[in-house]
Amino acid sequence: MKTSLYTALQRKIILITLVVSFAPLVLLGGIIYYQFARMYGLKLEEQSLYRAMSQAEAVDLFLKERTAILGAMADTHSYRDLTSEKNLSLLFQVMNLRAGAFVDLGVINNAGQHIGYVGPYDLKGLNYYQQPWFGEVMSKGTYISDVYMGFRQLPHFIIAVRRQEGENSWILRATIDSDAFGAIVRAAQVGRTGDAFIINGEGFYQTRPRFEGTILSPSGLDPSLFGGRATVIEKKDDKGKTVLYAGSWLKNDKWLLVISQDLAEEMTGLFATRNAAIFLILLGITAIVLAAVFTSRLTVGRLKESDDKMNALNAQLMQSDKLAAIGKMATGVAHEINNPLASILQRTGWMQDLLEKEEFRKSENFDEYQTSITKIEEHVERARKVVHNMLGYARKMEPRVEDVDVNATVNQTIDILENFARINNIDIQTDLGQDLPIIAGDQAQLQQVFLNLISNAIDAIGKDGLVVVKSLCSGDEIHVGIADNGPGIPEDLQRKVFDPFFSTKQSGKGTGLGLWISYNIIEKMGGNITLSSKPGAGTTFTVKIPVVIPEKK
Amino acid sequence: MDYFRALVVDDEQEFLETLVNRLGKRSIDTTGVRSGEEALELMKKKLFDVVVLDIRMPGGMDGIEALREMKRIQPLAEVILLTGHASVETSIEGMKLGAFDYLLKPVKLEELLTKMAQAFEKKNTHDQKIRSARIRELMRFPGRVLEEEKDREK
Repeated sequence: MKTSLYTALQRKIILITLVVSFAPLVLLGGIIYYQFARMYGLKLEEQSLYRAMSQAEAVDLFLKERTAILGAMADTHSYRDLTSEKNLSLLFQVMNLRAGAFVDLGVINNAGQHIGYVGPYDLKGLNYYQQPWFGEVMSKGTYISDVYMGFRQLPHFIIAVRRQEGENSWILRATIDSDAFGAIVRAAQVGRTGDAFIINGEGFYQTRPRFEGTILSPSGLDPSLFGGRATVIEKKDDKGKTVLYAGSWLKNDKWLLVISQDLAEEMTGLFATRNAAIFLILLGITAIVLAAVFTSRLTVGRLKESDDKMNALNAQLMQSDKLAAIGKMATGVAHEINNPLASILQRTGWMQDLLEKEEFRKSENFDEYQTSITKIEEHVERARKVVHNMLGYARKMEPRVEDVDVNATVNQTIDILENFARINNIDIQTDLGQDLPIIAGDQAQLQQVFLNLISNAIDAIGKDGLVVVKSLCSGDEIHVGIADNGPGIPEDLQRKVFDPFFSTKQSGKGTGLGLWISYNIIEKMGGNITLSSKPGAGTTFTVKIPVVIPEKK
Repeated sequence: MDYFRALVVDDEQEFLETLVNRLGKRSIDTTGVRSGEEALELMKKKLFDVVVLDIRMPGGMDGIEALREMKRIQPLAEVILLTGHASVETSIEGMKLGAFDYLLKPVKLEELLTKMAQAFEKKNTHDQKIRSARIRELMRFPGRVLEEEKDREK
C-alpha cells in the first residue's frame, strides 16, 4: 500500500519531468526541421527553375542563331545562284564552318519543288507542297518545325526561311542535327537522376530523354500544367517517386524545356541532416529519461527514508507517551490499592492480637485461624510488593550521578546471573568493546536494566542455549546488545513487551514490570531500548545510552 | 517501651480504628482522628509525643499543610508520615519541615512501632535536654525563669 504510493509518486515525477522536457525538445526540433526542409525545398525549386530558364534561353539562342544565319544566307544569295549545285554546296560548307549543326540544305521553289539540295539524303526533286509547314513558311516567312520523321524516316526538325525576290519567292530550308541539338539540351542534366529534355505543345519528346522514352514518344507530362514563362511542378511517377519538374517555354511557347529531378536524391542532404537531428534528440531524450528516473528515485528514496525515520520517531514518541501516562495512572492506582491493603493488614494484625488471648488459644480451630491470618498477610505482602515494585523505580526521580564503566557493570551483572544460567546449561558470552568511555550515570539503575534484560534472556531460553552480550561505542552513544537464541517474540507481542504488567511468564513468576522499569530508566538517561526478534531464531534487545562525559572533580 | 501519647491521623476509618485498637493494646495512649483540622484542634488542647500522619487525604487539609501547623503548635511532637504512594518529593518536603521519617503503606505494625519508639526516644531526649537546660538556668538565674513563667501566663 505504502510502497505503491511511493511508486505512484515516482511515476508522477518522471512523467512530469519527461513531458516538460520532451515537449519543447520535440517541438523545437520539429519546427526547425520543418522550416529548414521548406527552405531547402524552395531553394531546390528556385535552382531548378533557374537552370530551366537559362537552358531554355541557350536553346532559344541556338535556334535564333541558326534562323538568322539561314535568313542572312537567303537574303544575300539569289535564287539563280543557289540553284547551282556548286554554289549551294559552298554555302553549306561556309554555314557549317561558321555555325555547325546543319545536316543538309535545300532550296524549294514556290511550287514546293525541291530544286537544290546538299546533304546525305537523296531528297532532290521531292515536292513539299502538300506538307503543312510549306504553307506556313510561305505565309509567315520563317518556320521552325517540331521534330518529325519526314521522308527520310528519321527524327529531325527543320528551319526554313522564305526569300521574296521580286515576283519570285523561294525557300531556303535546313535540317538541324538532332544529336548536336540534343547535346545542348542534355547539358542541363545533373546528378544521377536529373534529366533535361524538350517536349512540344502536345507533350511529345522533342529530344531524347535520358532514361525512358524516345524522340516523338509521349512524355506523360501535360504541358498545360506549365503556365507563364517558367513553372515548377511536383509529380509522382508510377514508381511512387516524387519528381520535381521545372519547365520553361521557348520557341515562341511552342516547346517546353523540362528539367526533372528526383526529389529523394536531392533531399539526401536534408535527410542526413534530419537523421542527425533525430539521433541527437533521441540521445537527449535518453539522457533525460535516465536523469528523470535517477533523480526521482533519489528524491523518493530520500522521502521514504525521512518518512520511515519520522514514523520510527512517532512510534517511539507514542511509546514513551503511553508509558508516561500509564506511570501516572499507576501512581494513582497504587494509592487506592495501598490504603485497603493497609486496612487489611491492620485487621489481620488485630485478629492476631486477639488470638493471643487465653480463651481463643483453647479453641479447636486456633491453628486454622492462625494459618489463615498468616496466609492473608502473605498475600497482602505479595500485593504490596507488586505495587511497590511498580512505584519503586518510578519513585527514583533523581537518579544519582556517578562515574559508570558500562563494561564493568555488564560483567558484575553477569557474575550475579552466572550461577543461575549454569544450572540451566546456558552459556553467557561477552564481546565487549574496549574503547567505551566512562560515562556519568546511575550505575545501580543501569545494572538493574542489564539484570532485567539478561535474566529475561535466560528465562526466554529456558534450558540449553546461548546469551551473547555485546557492547560498542557508536558515535556519541554506547550500544549494549543482549541476544539470546530462544524462541523469539511473535511480531504482534513485540509492541507490548514494554507495557507494564505484560508478561509471558507463568502467572506469579513475573510481575511484568521488568522491561517497563528498564525502559523508563534508560529513557530518563536520554537513551532507548529497541528489540529485534525473529520467531524461532531468538531475540536481541539493544540498549542505547548517550555518552555523558563526567564532570572533572 | 515507655508509656507515651500518640495521635493517628488518617481518613481511612477502618485503618484508623484498627490501628488505634492495636496501639492501645500495646499500652500506647492513642487517639485517632480522621482529618488534619481535627488533629490540629486536638493538639491545641492536648500534648502528644508522636503523631502518625497520612500525607494524602482526599478533601480537607493537605498532609503537608497539617504538618506545618502541627510543628507550629507543638514543635516537640515528632511526626511520622505515612504515604500510600511513593511520592518522594512530598516526603522530602515533609522531612524538610521537620517530620521524623516516612513510611510506605501498607506498613506492618512492628515496623510502625519501631519507628514510633525511635521518634519517642528522640522527643524524650529533646525534652530532657530542654528540661536540664531549664533546670540549669533556674539554678543560675531563678528570677529570670520565674519572670518568663509570669510572661507566659499573661
